[in-house]
Amino acid sequence: MLRRKSKVLVSVLLLVFSFSMLGGCASKAKTTGDSAANKIKIASVTPLSGAQAALGEQIKLGAQMAFDEQKAEVEKLGFTLEFAPQDDQADPKVGVAVAQKLLADTDVLAVDGHFNSGVAIPSSEIYAKDNLCMVSPANTAVGITDRKLPNVNRICARDDVQGPLGADFAAKDLGAKTIFIVHDKTTYGQAIADEVKKQATVDGMQVAGYEGITPGESDFSGVLNKVAVVKPDVVYFGGIYPEGSLLIKQMSDKGIKAKFIGPDGMDDPEEVKIAGAAVIGTYYTSPAADISRTPAGKAWVDSFTAKFGKAPSNWSAYGYDAMNVIMEGIKKAIVANGGKKPSRLQVSTAVRAVSGLQGITSTISFDDKGDNKGAKLYVAQFKEAKYPPAVVKEVNAFK
Amino acid sequence: MEQFLQLLPQCLWDGLTLGVVYAIVALGYTMVYGVLELINFAHSEIFMVGAFAGTEVLLYLQTYGYLTGIPAPVALIMALFVAMLLSGGLGVLMERIAYRPLRNAPRLVPLISAIGVSFFLQDAVRLIEGLWKNAFYLTAPSIFPASIEISTNLKLPVKSLVVMISAVIMMVGLQMFVTRTKWGKAIRAVAQDRDTSSLMSINVNRVISLTFFIGAALGGAAGTLFACQYSLINPYVGFILGIKAFTAAVLGGIGSIPGAMAGGILLGILESVGAAGLGIATNGAMGAEYKDVFAFVILIAVLILKPSGLFGEETGDKV
Repeated sequence: MLRRKSKVLVSVLLLVFSFSMLGGCASKAKTTGDSAANKIKIASVTPLSGAQAALGEQIKLGAQMAFDEQKAEVEKLGFTLEFAPQDDQADPKVGVAVAQKLLADTDVLAVDGHFNSGVAIPSSEIYAKDNLCMVSPANTAVGITDRKLPNVNRICARDDVQGPLGADFAAKDLGAKTIFIVHDKTTYGQAIADEVKKQATVDGMQVAGYEGITPGESDFSGVLNKVAVVKPDVVYFGGIYPEGSLLIKQMSDKGIKAKFIGPDGMDDPEEVKIAGAAVIGTYYTSPAADISRTPAGKAWVDSFTAKFGKAPSNWSAYGYDAMNVIMEGIKKAIVANGGKKPSRLQVSTAVRAVSGLQGITSTISFDDKGDNKGAKLYVAQFKEAKYPPAVVKEVNAFK
Repeated sequence: MEQFLQLLPQCLWDGLTLGVVYAIVALGYTMVYGVLELINFAHSEIFMVGAFAGTEVLLYLQTYGYLTGIPAPVALIMALFVAMLLSGGLGVLMERIAYRPLRNAPRLVPLISAIGVSFFLQDAVRLIEGLWKNAFYLTAPSIFPASIEISTNLKLPVKSLVVMISAVIMMVGLQMFVTRTKWGKAIRAVAQDRDTSSLMSINVNRVISLTFFIGAALGGAAGTLFACQYSLINPYVGFILGIKAFTAAVLGGIGSIPGAMAGGILLGILESVGAAGLGIATNGAMGAEYKDVFAFVILIAVLILKPSGLFGEETGDKV
């Protein structure tokens, strides 16, 4: 009897599975079935599952918003456009697999992504095989553009600017004499921490400690106990907000009075939720400031909120700007190609040639490496436990 | 050296707090291994589900204003109760669906289904929280904000005291249950020899379900305590902690209940002292990032000298 029951259960499960497979097949057929000559796909690749899914989702929504706004204009030129959001799970292996898939689909002409530098670098090597244009919204690692790939561009500022700015701000604006540097051992976090360390010595600060933590853990008391004994003026954290916010909270629990500075990885509304009142007084440097502080930015935030039912994070604006650059490049490439579907190389060339495009985060033009000449950096401070924090300093970040 | 002595007391305390959380989670691994010789890798997700359940109860109390009305320990007990019930039930269900049909399969097969359950639970919680709250990072309300200052080098947050006391109650309770009651005796019998105990009219399936329930309920309670202590949880929070707790179980001797407790506490302290002390001991050459290396080197050393762990019994073969 029991046997039979479980057999029934299994067959029900199988049925459900096969239905969902059918559903999957059907929708697939819809997307790849009519691969016409006039079809153009633009992908976004960000983490949509896993621990960084919240950030990745925000960038995707930004990209989607720009895509929806520009879609009609490109379709007037006689093409059908499709937006294809992909999930790289913040994992280099998955990122490369997604990149291979996109490369194989000849309708894909440009990619808005990735989120993590560690994923973007190997994935962009794949795109480079066929000059598939990639516009990175949020990768700050220097290696992204220093390889001088003709198809790779970025909207945001570089780590080698952000790190020194953090150290300069600590030394000159806060008058710190000692700095304790913590990083999360990732390509992003450690690179930026190294830059801070270098600049701190140049600025005459004493580096009182340089320690790593493991992302995904919650107990940082080991490192913080050391901070409590060393008593530095400033704690710099190279990493992302889940660990950074916990550091802030545990610092305040331990009564550590040092000022806290982080990089743009700390730039997320969740930081306030996690750290609570302890967030007040902490700083971070970021290539994007509170978008809504200008009237144009405010209008953008409102339309984003109206469209998606939730407020954008600052990263959404990058996804948005990257997509606008792509759409602009594609339009130009179509015109330059006499109204015919452009090749991937033509799109890459046209995107690199984009100049003076007014975006939400900056006015975008690329140099010969693909870095944005208009990129800016901001120092923001939480005056109250509310996101976004106030901008206390603005620096031109292109050098 | 002087610096190290200054931070040692606080490190020991913080390590002990982390260690008891490892210890309670390790109990779940070790109990299941004891009866089934199965490493239940989905136990880390049971812990995570418990953390979410407990946090949701506290958040519910907070939203409706009860949190200020009732004493904090009562709120914690309510959260613990719901979390233990839910994760205990989940543990029983998991055993019924994912492990029992595979009980006579080769040993690696249930290991794979455990990994499957683990992925399923992670993304199920992410999905539910995502649909419900539009965010899957939860921050538990801090219900024990105060702390006691013993000296300049030692500060005891009340929440860590609460974690410690609850953990001790649970561990003592479990030890009494296993050694003093009839059901406890049945669990030990099944752990020794499943076939013979079924001949002795012990309902083996029920005993295994009970083992899963207790192990999972403890895991769920550990989750809630963890959320109170460290406040931030997400659906992936169980992964690293689960690996550490499993390590603790191996360090103490897998299958042994006192071993899991000792292993957890030892690992917590090693990590905490390692994180603060390595930089000082090596003059900055090795920082806090080597704390896991340090802890695992000790684990390997223990296993070389005593392959069955600190409290383990010598047995023929293990996975």
